[in-house]
Amino acid sequence: MLQKLSCTGYVRMCGLGGILNRYGERMPGREIIRMSCMMRDRYDGRGGGFAGYGIYPRYAEYYALHLFFRDEIAKERTEELLKDRVAIIKDEPVPMRRVKEIPQENIVWRYFVEVPHRFRDRREYLEKEEDYITELVFTINDCIDGAFVASSGKNMGVFKATGMPDAVAEMYKVEKYRAYCWITHGRFPTNTPGWWGGAHPFNLLDWSVVHNGEISSYGTNRRYLEAHGYKCRLLTDTEVVAYLFDLLVRRQGLSMRTAAVALTPPFWKQIERMPEPKRSAFTALRMTYSQAMLNGPFAVIITNRDTMVGLNDRIKLRPLIAASSEDCVYLASEEAAIREVENDIEKLWAPRAGNPVIARLNEEVREEVIH
Amino acid sequence: MEIPLRKARVSREDEFVVIDAKGVHYRELNELINELVERGERKLRLLNVNGQRYIADGLRCSDCYIEIHGVAGDDLAAFANGPTIVVYGDVQDGAGNTMNAGRIIVHGNGTDIIGHSMRGGEIFVRGHVGYRVGIHMKEYREQVPVLVVGGTAGDFLGEYMAGGRIVILGLERLETYPEIAGEWLATGIHGGAIYLRDEVDEDKLGYGAKTERLSHSDRRFLSEAVGKFCSCFSLNAEEVLNAEFTKVVPKSHRPFAEMYSDSKEG
Repeated sequence: MLQKLSCTGYVRMCGLGGILNRYGERMPGREIIRMSCMMRDRYDGRGGGFAGYGIYPRYAEYYALHLFFRDEIAKERTEELLKDRVAIIKDEPVPMRRVKEIPQENIVWRYFVEVPHRFRDRREYLEKEEDYITELVFTINDCIDGAFVASSGKNMGVFKATGMPDAVAEMYKVEKYRAYCWITHGRFPTNTPGWWGGAHPFNLLDWSVVHNGEISSYGTNRRYLEAHGYKCRLLTDTEVVAYLFDLLVRRQGLSMRTAAVALTPPFWKQIERMPEPKRSAFTALRMTYSQAMLNGPFAVIITNRDTMVGLNDRIKLRPLIAASSEDCVYLASEEAAIREVENDIEKLWAPRAGNPVIARLNEEVREEVIH
Repeated sequence: MEIPLRKARVSREDEFVVIDAKGVHYRELNELINELVERGERKLRLLNVNGQRYIADGLRCSDCYIEIHGVAGDDLAAFANGPTIVVYGDVQDGAGNTMNAGRIIVHGNGTDIIGHSMRGGEIFVRGHVGYRVGIHMKEYREQVPVLVVGGTAGDFLGEYMAGGRIVILGLERLETYPEIAGEWLATGIHGGAIYLRDEVDEDKLGYGAKTERLSHSDRRFLSEAVGKFCSCFSLNAEEVLNAEFTKVVPKSHRPFAEMYSDSKEG
């Protein structure tokens, strides 16, 4: 006899998971949903979500904007702005089922857009196309009441809402998409409200982030990011992680490893013990990026189009397990979530605090030793 | 999409009651374990365990023997009082949390806060363990918890430790961090002792911790604890004991006395 699950555990925490197929082969959403469900007792139903990379191969060259609208007015105003700023190649509702657990609070629409050459002379364009799209995302989130961009990368999308991850997956038909990289999150909101925009993953361009814990340095990080043109409007701490990776890696060109040194640097007493020239390099990074440093307890998974990175806070106050099989790399809050979907694990380990685990397409996964 | 959960399948194999835990929710599994023990069963074998939490929590049964095949979820045997639990696999966070008596034998690895606030009994982990292992362990008279690890331990080993004994053997090392134990070793320790089968860099010691020479009674304790550990995992105790150990103890039993009051006697 089958028994239906009711989620009434009593010790709660966020849970996160990720799978990257290292050969870029696309996997249906089924496995990431199972991973998320294995950690069901961690969540409380006030936020769940998924991000998939490789889901829109027919529109791979266009930015795929996933948008939430509170009402038709917000949608109309957003579309006016979109028509002014970009060329819309295709737009349609994100296919959804009705699920009883999640009230339909928003209209969810997707737009495949490009930036026509003639727009490159515009004042808003600045230097790079990505910056132009970033500006568009922030303008929508900041200026249009009731509109919110859930994701804005190419050939990827974020599916999230206020609900348990299994209900969110059912609502968005996540099992029907195929992606070479998936991440998931089940939320137990602690300091900030549970709302659709506050569910994880957080995204900007190709960057997506899922996070367990809290970013105690949020205020400092936010001021630093705002000085670089980012607008933090999602009422939660996690978004700064996505923007910091965008700033450090995409805009400033740091490697993932160096970005991790900047965000979760060793303690000064550890840096003092380092041999030269490593000591000078680490000192310079800590000084330069003192306001980007992430403090507080956290485990995060950060993804972009070819990379999945797992990272813990510097004293490991949240769990994170990494594993690899012949085809895939896995990250999760619990070992059980990985074992649920993979029988042939070659290596499974708990990364050290502050050491990024970097999984890249066509490369061996590695834990970078920083600490 | 609600995920269908399975009812546990129960069978008997010699003196063991065998439970197939695949897809069974932790609450049902733990109710079943309690029910079987209440009915007088003493030997349980759990198959296909994968992350179920709180197994054998609060179990008062000194002659119970529970085999777990798979990954035991968070807080295995928390508050347990007496059972012997053998895990053929890994344990997740918090195994032995506030355990009062009994024995946990883990053939795989453990993650963070293993032995959290442990107050009695024994935990033997064959592989590596994570961060804050043995945090706030304590002892009272003859109640002295013992935790032995075959591999290495992460940072903050024995944090705020108030009593008990931790032994780290370092028989295998990690590529990414080959030291026997991590940074901030025994931060805030004010009771008990940690024995490490290697040298320990003074820089790694946390606030309130110091190293000390081993006494004869330390050697007696090590030979007994390591002997038991080795017999669980078919290791040669003599070889394992034939090495230099470092003992880490508190500098004082009240390391933070001056932080909270002016009076030094208080």
